[in-house]
Amino acid sequence: MDNSVKVREFVVENFLFGDGEKLKDDTSFMEEGIIDSTGILELVFFLEETFGLSVEDDELVPDNMDSLQNIARFIDRKLNASPAAEA
Amino acid sequence: MCGIAGICHIDGPDGVSLNSIKRMIGALCHRGPDETGIYLDDQVGLGHARLSIIDLSSGVQPIHNEDKSLWIVYNGEVFNYPELKEDLLQKGHRFYTTSDTEVVLHLYEEQGPDCLTQLNGQFAIAIWDTKKKELFLARDRVGIRPLYYTILNNTVIFGSEIKSIFSNKNVSRRIDPIAMDQIFTFWTTLTPRTVFKDIYELPPGHYMKTSDSKVTFKKYWDIPIYPRAEQSDLAPKEICEQVRDLLQDAVRIRLRADVPVGCYLSGGLDSSGAAALVVRNFNKDVRTFGIRFDNDGFDEGEYQKLMVSYLNVNHTDLTATDEIIGASLPDCLWHCEKPLLRTGPVPLFLLSDVVRKSGYKVVLTGEGADEVFGGYNIFREAKVRRFLAKYPDSQSRAELIGQLYPYIFDNPRLKRTLQSFFAKGLDQIDDPIFSHFIRWENTSRIKTFFSQELNEAIGQYDGYEQVRQSLPEGFERADDFSRAQYLEMAIFLSNYLLSSQGDRVAMAHSVEIRLPFLDTRVMDFMARVPAKWKILGLNEKHILKKSFEGILPKKITSRPKNPYRAPIKQSLLNEKTAEYTKEALSKKSLSRAGLFDAGKVTKLLRKVQAVDNPSEIDSMALVGLLSSQLIHRQFVQNFPARPDNPVSPALIVDRRSEALRAVS
Repeated sequence: MDNSVKVREFVVENFLFGDGEKLKDDTSFMEEGIIDSTGILELVFFLEETFGLSVEDDELVPDNMDSLQNIARFIDRKLNASPAAEA
Repeated sequence: MCGIAGICHIDGPDGVSLNSIKRMIGALCHRGPDETGIYLDDQVGLGHARLSIIDLSSGVQPIHNEDKSLWIVYNGEVFNYPELKEDLLQKGHRFYTTSDTEVVLHLYEEQGPDCLTQLNGQFAIAIWDTKKKELFLARDRVGIRPLYYTILNNTVIFGSEIKSIFSNKNVSRRIDPIAMDQIFTFWTTLTPRTVFKDIYELPPGHYMKTSDSKVTFKKYWDIPIYPRAEQSDLAPKEICEQVRDLLQDAVRIRLRADVPVGCYLSGGLDSSGAAALVVRNFNKDVRTFGIRFDNDGFDEGEYQKLMVSYLNVNHTDLTATDEIIGASLPDCLWHCEKPLLRTGPVPLFLLSDVVRKSGYKVVLTGEGADEVFGGYNIFREAKVRRFLAKYPDSQSRAELIGQLYPYIFDNPRLKRTLQSFFAKGLDQIDDPIFSHFIRWENTSRIKTFFSQELNEAIGQYDGYEQVRQSLPEGFERADDFSRAQYLEMAIFLSNYLLSSQGDRVAMAHSVEIRLPFLDTRVMDFMARVPAKWKILGLNEKHILKKSFEGILPKKITSRPKNPYRAPIKQSLLNEKTAEYTKEALSKKSLSRAGLFDAGKVTKLLRKVQAVDNPSEIDSMALVGLLSSQLIHRQFVQNFPARPDNPVSPALIVDRRSEALRAVS
């Protein structure tokens, strides 16, 4: 399954309780009240578990976490960066 | 303290049945287990269930004036009644009891509705004027005592609790969709609405009068807000001295009773201060009562024990275990009569049982201090957000946010996220509801569980707009703190704190609470104290802390505020309670009530069960949905959910004509 589809499913299931109709790729979680600050931790836990990422404290910012689009970009960046970093 | 109920045909004589009044009073027996009394004529029936506290031998109600043209049933206490009685005696009034009830009646006879401004206390009153054929209903300033009514075919039906009104079979019992929208925004309905359609509360600080086939309402008091120019210029030291004196007197008159008065003692600043004032000045042997939790995150035992040994009082505590909190929620809701978003009311419901079983009927509590003296985080939050609004990108300003809610946001990783969370609405600092916007928006997220049917019934209703429209003249000129305080007192205090965490859960076990911090003199004095002294920097309740220095240990005056809360998931989904919770939230139960979307609720339940510590909002959703279901079950579906209490009145004044007695 595509990464962003997985994230979308998680958000719809856990924060919208199945009602994903209005969730667009650029919908702001904070502005639309979809995820609150404690919800962000649930999301981070999911990202770390599902994609084997490690999210640093200073990465916990809206630019990385506040919409499906931002998360997708963040995941890509992290996944592409880590092998290079190890190399 | 008592329960009152009645029926009044506003168009003239139409007959009132003794049995209806008996049933209405029977539904209120927990409020007044000691004796009952009834007045009946062709137009009106008044009922009273009494908890005897003042004038144990002769205070049976209804009480009349000299020529028996005025009749009163009354729930509450007017603490300054001895002083008021002096005046009335000099004016020639004659009394046949030593109760405060009779004082209120004669004062009404003397001054009409204006008498309300002189009453310092907590009350709900019904007076029937047999000459003018007028019914007068009134409620205390902040709404410590409840009073509900409905108007059905030109008949006013009223009672201290809604179940009393519902005991009339012709009153329909339905959930009000707009009320649901309000509760899942503001944590409570906006006055005068209740969660039940067409059942209203008489708003705090209001009276209602029926005469000449008309019903009129009037506000006789509002939460005081003064512009800076009318506020006091006293130095903080002098303010504290005056506060100490006022509080001491507020406590003194609240100890007036013909039965012993105890104190709640949590270990927090407010109840500790009230108890200390009692012990130092009036009664060093006062009995105290407190709540303990198994769960360390909620327990205040350390501070409670410190206060018990500091005051050397005879203290009884109740340990509210997760199991008992969960198992008692349905009974607690029977008394609260509204959906809840927290489980905090339940331990207080359990504590009043302990008080009663210890032989006490009256306790002083610290409730109201947070509103009057500026204790709530929401006041500090608004201050920080305003500060942040000037430089929204400032890291150091944003970091202040983390200090506000250490018990919710205890994860340091959240620092940056919190900034954007609280940044919401920063461009709306001029909106009168700015201070409460985040809390209300956050709570509103629970509406995602509303069923399509409920959403359609709510339609385009806008609760925020209703709040904005309801604000008094002078609100705009008030400082930011006073605005937030007004909203908190007008919306949250009366209907949640004084009700679900106050009168209703105490009276469930026939216990009267008395609240010195809501003494009218204290409220007015503090409204004249500039905001900068109430919250100094980010130090909440600065004046109160300073005022209590010297009578409380430093550890109590300097401790960080720990808001009173009770466990949610652990209470509602443990081995003993999970079954009823799941049953009440099953597809079958949900579709019967029609309030919530079963698919979404199932997902929430699954999520909440899967994690150890569900988020704040998911926990609130769990209580909100479950309690709504239980309210529907107990009041709409299976009413009455409790057996009727047979009533044998100690006094029946029956002035009905033969003709109408037969009809009714």
